[in-house]
Amino acid sequence: MNAQTLRQNGGVVALIAILLFNAAFTPNFLQLQTLFVNISQVATIAIVAMGMTLVIATGGIDLSVGAIMALSGAMAPLIFQSEFGTAYPALGLTAAFVFPLIVACMCGLFNGALISVLRVQPIIATLILFISGRGIAQVLTNGNLQTFKNPAFSYLGTGKVLGLPFQGWLALAIAVVLFWVVKRTSFGRYLLAVGGNEKAAQLSGGPVKTVKIGAYVICAFLSGIAGLIVVAINSASDAARNGNLMELDAIAAAVVGGALLQGGRAPIFGAILGAIIIQLVKYTLLANGVEDEVALIAKAFIIVLAVYVQQARKE
Amino acid sequence: MLDDNTFDLRKYIRGNTQTTAVWLVLVLLIVFGVMRYDNFGGAYNIASFLNYNAMFIAISLGMCFVIMTGGIDLSVGSVAAFTSVIAAYLSPYGLAVAIPGAIAAGVAFGALNAFFIIAMRIPPFIATLATMLGAKGGALVISGAETIGVDWGSNFTKLGMEKAFGTVPWTILIVALLAVALWIVLEKTSLGRTVLAIGGSEDASTLMGLKVNRAKAFVYLLSGGCAGLAGLFLASGFGAGQPLEGIGWELSAIAAVVVGGTLLTGGLGSVPATIAGALLLGLVFNILNFENGRGTISLSAYWQMVIRGGFLFVVILFQTRITAEKSNAS
Repeated sequence: MNAQTLRQNGGVVALIAILLFNAAFTPNFLQLQTLFVNISQVATIAIVAMGMTLVIATGGIDLSVGAIMALSGAMAPLIFQSEFGTAYPALGLTAAFVFPLIVACMCGLFNGALISVLRVQPIIATLILFISGRGIAQVLTNGNLQTFKNPAFSYLGTGKVLGLPFQGWLALAIAVVLFWVVKRTSFGRYLLAVGGNEKAAQLSGGPVKTVKIGAYVICAFLSGIAGLIVVAINSASDAARNGNLMELDAIAAAVVGGALLQGGRAPIFGAILGAIIIQLVKYTLLANGVEDEVALIAKAFIIVLAVYVQQARKE
Repeated sequence: MLDDNTFDLRKYIRGNTQTTAVWLVLVLLIVFGVMRYDNFGGAYNIASFLNYNAMFIAISLGMCFVIMTGGIDLSVGSVAAFTSVIAAYLSPYGLAVAIPGAIAAGVAFGALNAFFIIAMRIPPFIATLATMLGAKGGALVISGAETIGVDWGSNFTKLGMEKAFGTVPWTILIVALLAVALWIVLEKTSLGRTVLAIGGSEDASTLMGLKVNRAKAFVYLLSGGCAGLAGLFLASGFGAGQPLEGIGWELSAIAAVVVGGTLLTGGLGSVPATIAGALLLGLVFNILNFENGRGTISLSAYWQMVIRGGFLFVVILFQTRITAEKSNAS
């Protein structure tokens, strides 16, 4: 195997290496329970990473994904535990899904408008919600942990379909839809064109602004879903922790999956592969007794390495 | 004919709309504060305000240089947390050891950033994001995730708690000296000119034969060193190394730099304006504290994050308008 093929299939090679390592050294790795735990964790990372992949494809970045997760996650229990929500459970539940996702989309619209209309750099534009989004979530909940018992809502995080966690299927369904959008729609073509060469895309009459805003709205929408899933898994919403550092996991997963930070590529299934690798690394370290803090350092190392390999590939 | 030698205030104001606005707002807020609150203009509030904000001015100065090259440093908060722990561990040996130790630790992280960005050609925000994680993890590892108390027996806490010659807090004196040094570097040396040239166009600077890599290494080392200094102030002023501090500091620093009129795309910037930006940001929170004290409003700590984000938003709106006007005019 030469260096070129190794680079192009680096993700798969890394995945196989981690799996072999775990099969050999991690106790109880080859069990269904382990699979379930990992799928339920991977799903949220993968869902956000797919949105991040679209944003990165335009040559942008979204630091606000974790804060949007906290915001949508904080709103859901507030809605279905409100007077209205308890009086009309079905309506309350629907509203608990719909309103947080609308707010998430508005956050995406805010990011997208700043970036494409006012031409603020993506990293600065999304920094605004990165810090104040979580603040708003904490103001809404007064910084309290909200616990609840609501089996219907928790299905999102604990339900099983065909024996596998519901959110795993959801992530897969989202991947299929996004793959189709990228490959088959004009939105997808323009998305890649904007990232490849924004000026050229604009001169050729492409709807550059709309496409860029669209990418941020989709990313925020998916972050909103991920936020709801985390709350559903825990049957509790903690605005301080929900989605904390998710932007790093998502960026890492997208880049490990083959996204180029300069834009122009949107490997949707790559993002899932990246998410699986990130989760497995985390799991491997944890299961082998490595401290959380050291795991942070390991994650930093993976990000740098992945970006370095991607850069080298481009040059 | 244009006469460059006479200082035309009107022309200066038109050319530096934002900087002038920052100084004006700063003065207005101070006047407002003095008139509205009894103790606002008192020696105690002024000293503690300056002492507390010395940390933020330090990291803002480093950030200002990084942003002038068109880069960004997201690691400053974590690095300051890390160095505060280092400083706390070194506190028994006194300031003679703790000052160089803490600054060296910060510079080391800056060197790591510089290596990632220059040698490995990794985009600055990814590189410094990784360092942010690494420094955070490192701070938690070396401290065992606990606050590390400093040694009160040595002269360590004098730096953060006492005043030079009984008048000015030591921290603000050091920051003032740093600012003067950096102002000279920026305005009077080829290094400073290269920093600005890189922000204008990195490719053109390379073609012109400027020492681009040296200047880029300098700004990240400087930013790391400033974060180290901030960590030292933190440990000395609050009597403890705090591995969990520093969250959102990078945002405050970026906001201060932007408020001061440094363009985020690089190529333009000023040391005094950055200080004004940092002071303005600090003053907003100082006034909010006084309002909280009077009971007219009651804002929880969570609001601080919202306000900080909102503040950044307003400044960005303002700046995009100025940039648009300038590009229309030319």
